[in-house]
Amino acid sequence: MTAEILARADGVTRRYGDVVALDDITLDVRAGELVGLLGPNGAGKSTLINLFTGLRRPTSGTVELFGGSPLDPARRRRVGMTPQDTGLPAALRVGECVDFVSAHFTTSVSRGALLERFGLSGLERRQIGGLSGGQKRRLAVALAFAGDPRLVFLDEPTTGLDVEARRTLWAGVRAFHEDGGTVLLTSHYLEEIEALARRVVVVGQGRVLADDSVEAVRGMAGVRRVSVTAADVPALPGVLGTERDGERVHLITSDADELVRELVRTGAPFSGLEVRLTSLEEAFLAITARRAA
Amino acid sequence: MALTLTHARYQLLETFRIPMAVVGSAFFPAAAMLFFVVPFGGDHPVGATMATASMMAFAVMSTSLFTFGIGVAEDRAQPWDPYIRTLPAGPFPRFGGRVIAGFAVMGLSVLPVLAIAALLTEATVTPGGLLLGLAALALGSVPFTLMGLTIGYSLPSKAAIAVTQLVFFPMAFGGGLFTSPIDPPGFIETIAPFLPTRGVVELAWAAVGDHTPSAVSLAALAAWTLVAGLGAVHAYRRDEGARFS
Repeated sequence: MTAEILARADGVTRRYGDVVALDDITLDVRAGELVGLLGPNGAGKSTLINLFTGLRRPTSGTVELFGGSPLDPARRRRVGMTPQDTGLPAALRVGECVDFVSAHFTTSVSRGALLERFGLSGLERRQIGGLSGGQKRRLAVALAFAGDPRLVFLDEPTTGLDVEARRTLWAGVRAFHEDGGTVLLTSHYLEEIEALARRVVVVGQGRVLADDSVEAVRGMAGVRRVSVTAADVPALPGVLGTERDGERVHLITSDADELVRELVRTGAPFSGLEVRLTSLEEAFLAITARRAA
Repeated sequence: MALTLTHARYQLLETFRIPMAVVGSAFFPAAAMLFFVVPFGGDHPVGATMATASMMAFAVMSTSLFTFGIGVAEDRAQPWDPYIRTLPAGPFPRFGGRVIAGFAVMGLSVLPVLAIAALLTEATVTPGGLLLGLAALALGSVPFTLMGLTIGYSLPSKAAIAVTQLVFFPMAFGGGLFTSPIDPPGFIETIAPFLPTRGVVELAWAAVGDHTPSAVSLAALAAWTLVAGLGAVHAYRRDEGARFS
């Protein structure tokens, strides 16, 4: 038996003027899943979340939340979302802010338990303007859980947090998931997605590049970058992406040995051969660039 | 409805945590009372009563314009505003809450004027007249609230501050709030009937004294309210469009 679909994007395209932020995205999030949306800045992650939470409408295609339009407030009753921490109302106290958000929901969790889960116990009476950056970030994430949601959207939840604060936050998200909650989280760190998610959706330039298990996507972390100085590089098999940086040409490949062998075989002149492990982000950028070309 | 009140409560909470904002909106009408009305017309019962009504109209128009014009523009600039739009409630609670909170601040801004009038001038009013006058002011706040909303929903906050002041000044002076109601300077007498301020203050005068509002002023007030209402609806829709579409 397959679990109920809580959020669905079907052939969704979203443009801002001439810029295509999302290009024919299709994605389902089922009950109980913890899905990581991985991609560089500008890949369209936040736009997708804004569509799911009813802040924006798709240019074409359909977006569904609990089987209806996200623009209908009733569909958002069991949904949680994180505000940008820079925008929390500075004059309110922590407890007031949580109560204010909870007041919008028919169900809500106990304030004390919520604050405890995100390491904010004892700060109820503090004004938000006086919190540290990490505390604001944790409060912003905690607000997503205030209405006892079934599905939460976490957009870059740990950006700018130190290691310890990040772990506290991860523990909070994990606890929610273990109780049966569904999470769609965006990040540009594989480490974060690995720590939390089972399923990874890699997006780049508005498209889904990969939708697979963490293990499968992790395999891409073994991708290597072969760099040479050459005027012209012939077409080679197994090249995932090519970047040119002045005289240097960087070739992204999952099999560096075979690539170098092929390069020598073509007889093309080159110098300064260098092979190194790429970061996942570099690999994605190269793949994205190639698909866009 | 409960949620609307919650929004109003939190708006007020945020306002009162920065008390200068409230002091500011209550200060100018009170200061104008002390500097213009008390020394120059305070000992004349009819003049003082009408001047007090003018100052209360001034308090109402300035708080509506500033609370909504600048307040809405500033809130729109914060990421908190789109976040609230993701919560499971339509736009009404936030909007209604804002209007209720605006009324509360408006009420606070007329209190010092009333107190000064009662203690330091010969102004007199019957309880019924006072209630009627307050009702006239509440009604009169509508066009200015709508103008403020038009400004707030169509402009970024820095532009909203400038435009609110640009609107506020000619409305207050041109409408004759700072000149003698009985014998105003010629140019004000010419333009005042066409400004909404005049219609509001004439209603207030009629409530507290022996005054018959002119048909031109009331027609102008109705026309301004209609235009400002259309402007506010248009600006609000356009803003939703920018964020939602």
